[in-house]
Amino acid sequence: MKKYATFLWDCFRLSFVGDWRYHLWMTVLTVVTLAGLHAYCHQLVHGLVTTGMTDQVSWGMYIANFTYLVGLAAAAAMLVIPVYVYRNMHLHDVVIFGELLAVSVIIMCLLFVMADLGRPDRFMHLLWRFNFPISMLTWDVIALNGYLLLNLHICGYLIYCAYCGRKPSPVFYVPFVFVAIVWAISIHTVTAFLYVGLGGRPFWNSAIIAPRFLASAFAAGPAFIILTLQVVRQFTRHTVHNDALLTLRQIVQVAMIINMFLLACEVFTEFYTDSAHVASARYLYFGLHGKTTLVPWIWTAIGMNVAATVLLMLPASRGLKLLNVACILSIVGIWIEKGMGLIVPAFVPTPLGEIVEYQPTIHETAVCLGIWAFGLLLYTIFVRVSVPVLAGEVTYEKRLSQSSVNSSLATGGALAKE
Amino acid sequence: MRDADQPQSSGASPQGPRAANLTRRAFITKGAAAVAGASAVAAAVAPLATIDREDIPSIGEFLQKHYKEMTAEDKEQVFARIRLEVEKRHGVKVTLTDPPALNGVEYVYGLNISRCIGCRRCVHACVKENNLSRSPELQYIRVLEMKKGSIDVESADHYYDPATVPDPDKYYMPVQCHQCAKPPCVKVCPVEATWQEPDGITVIDYDWCIGCRYCAAACPYWARRFNFTDPQVPDGEINPDMTYLSNRPRQKGVMEKCTFCLQRTRVGRMPACLEVCPTGSRKFGNVLDPDSEVAYILRHKRVYVLKEDVGTIPRFFYYFDERGSRYHDPIGAEDTGGDA
Repeated sequence: MKKYATFLWDCFRLSFVGDWRYHLWMTVLTVVTLAGLHAYCHQLVHGLVTTGMTDQVSWGMYIANFTYLVGLAAAAAMLVIPVYVYRNMHLHDVVIFGELLAVSVIIMCLLFVMADLGRPDRFMHLLWRFNFPISMLTWDVIALNGYLLLNLHICGYLIYCAYCGRKPSPVFYVPFVFVAIVWAISIHTVTAFLYVGLGGRPFWNSAIIAPRFLASAFAAGPAFIILTLQVVRQFTRHTVHNDALLTLRQIVQVAMIINMFLLACEVFTEFYTDSAHVASARYLYFGLHGKTTLVPWIWTAIGMNVAATVLLMLPASRGLKLLNVACILSIVGIWIEKGMGLIVPAFVPTPLGEIVEYQPTIHETAVCLGIWAFGLLLYTIFVRVSVPVLAGEVTYEKRLSQSSVNSSLATGGALAKE
Repeated sequence: MRDADQPQSSGASPQGPRAANLTRRAFITKGAAAVAGASAVAAAVAPLATIDREDIPSIGEFLQKHYKEMTAEDKEQVFARIRLEVEKRHGVKVTLTDPPALNGVEYVYGLNISRCIGCRRCVHACVKENNLSRSPELQYIRVLEMKKGSIDVESADHYYDPATVPDPDKYYMPVQCHQCAKPPCVKVCPVEATWQEPDGITVIDYDWCIGCRYCAAACPYWARRFNFTDPQVPDGEINPDMTYLSNRPRQKGVMEKCTFCLQRTRVGRMPACLEVCPTGSRKFGNVLDPDSEVAYILRHKRVYVLKEDVGTIPRFFYYFDERGSRYHDPIGAEDTGGDA
């Protein structure tokens, strides 16, 4: 127990240590997080009236970001599957970064859901009367929290073992890794079911949403990881081989193609049938009765996704520069398409045919940015701490021997740059 | 950061001679950073200081049970608290009761499209009766002005505002909660804050709702309203006859909806929207009673169920007159209420 407390304390101290770039980055993230917290406190005082949501469009940016981030959490599964299922060892040393990403992203998801609640003070009502298995939202609560715990356990165990200087025992984590793979797929499926099960919203009421979720998640997630790994190898001494990045490139490539194909299926079904149900899709792609707010967004997204797919198909994208461009295009493209492009149009027109557009407010945007900054902050800390620990540079034994040399090191001086 | 990862065994010893010096400097730097951080956090949460005292849940509110789990004594306590709160806030004496669903009763609502003139008196009577927020304006009933020749709600005008109604080229379709027999809103609620009563009315425990608005997304009739901020009802306009499950004042951050005025209908009165209707377009009653007006209409009239295809089996329906419609004769004293 004392050892574990020491471990947590060391992790805490490590997260404050770094060069000026690290401190600058962390300061910026902290400031943005606090600005978001400020906006959220306003929301707590005045209610959700501080957002752009209305009775007509009752879900907005919070749920859009939540949906996208559930997808991003898939990144972990996409790293784990090649290693543990196909024994592709290129990715072995970087799996942990995917899982740490999953942890931070799921925490962001939970924060977005909390931000969206009108009465966050009653959150514990979920514990007293849990409408399981009827409400899909209760499934999502289980899926997300379960996934969080699984990944926390896997990462925590591996990192703690490294800290203690012992070899991790496969019994304690490999079964969880396999459960986490299935679980990763389930968090998307369940989140998709949240929307597709509603007969009153024809835009969502389509079986293709869940597969599209998975495809876009398996593109955006690994794309994000490709960029992250490059940052990790730039700023730490952890080696990441290009082979790992190229394996991920293949995953993004295939997922992107499937995503585009499913999108085409969806668009064809809607517009060729051209029934009354096409109203929301028409609003999204072409505008309805002169209301066109989302049109530029969705075409930007489609343009980005197409460009990313083409780039990924070119052999030239084995070069990192082009690959990075393709990754950024798919991350942003999918964020628009799966976030605002999936959530908002389902509310326009309303079930009574009213067309009210949704325009996020500054408050709402600040809260979103705050949660993103907080997520990045968490992820940065996780990576910052795990790299030296996994490399065996920070262990319990070293810590013990140091303490005997100089007890004043508790101030953190031991880990400082000098 | 790259350097920071150096093994510390080498990093620790050179510190020795300068330790004291460093410690003071480090102490001041860290102290300053901590103070700056703490004040930044304080500034970030500053808006919380302006929160309305009434918005902070008391211990009693916080620990309050779900309506269905409350014992008779729990209810007495909770109701007394709510009464006190409303009286304090609005300065009026109120009665807060909890009439149970009547045995052998299933309520059904019929609306005569041939007669409705789109005057929206029902909308405003409902607002008054149910203590709906005047600012921001919340209304349970939405009257659609429809183009003749189509029943597609997408071609409807929600905000028609002519000098006089009815417009001879239009017809009117008021929409409110359809009190579905298979309510999707109830299905999706993660905390069972909304449920269907034995008499068919879907109600909300406003003290249990967490404000996720999933029910609003699920409703095919756009019947649910959310309190995006504190609902405002002027003191003089409070309707003091309240029940726990219907028209008592709501709080910010919770959902609300039409309850067929259960504070009236469960004690033998008609819903406010029906009572005020000048054309007799609204019919309400117990469908299980074969002698009721609604049972008669369902047996004999041409009935239309809005969005029947979504399969929620509404208890609200529209019907048409063969004779006596406003489209054939002027609305006059001799034929109001003639048909049904």
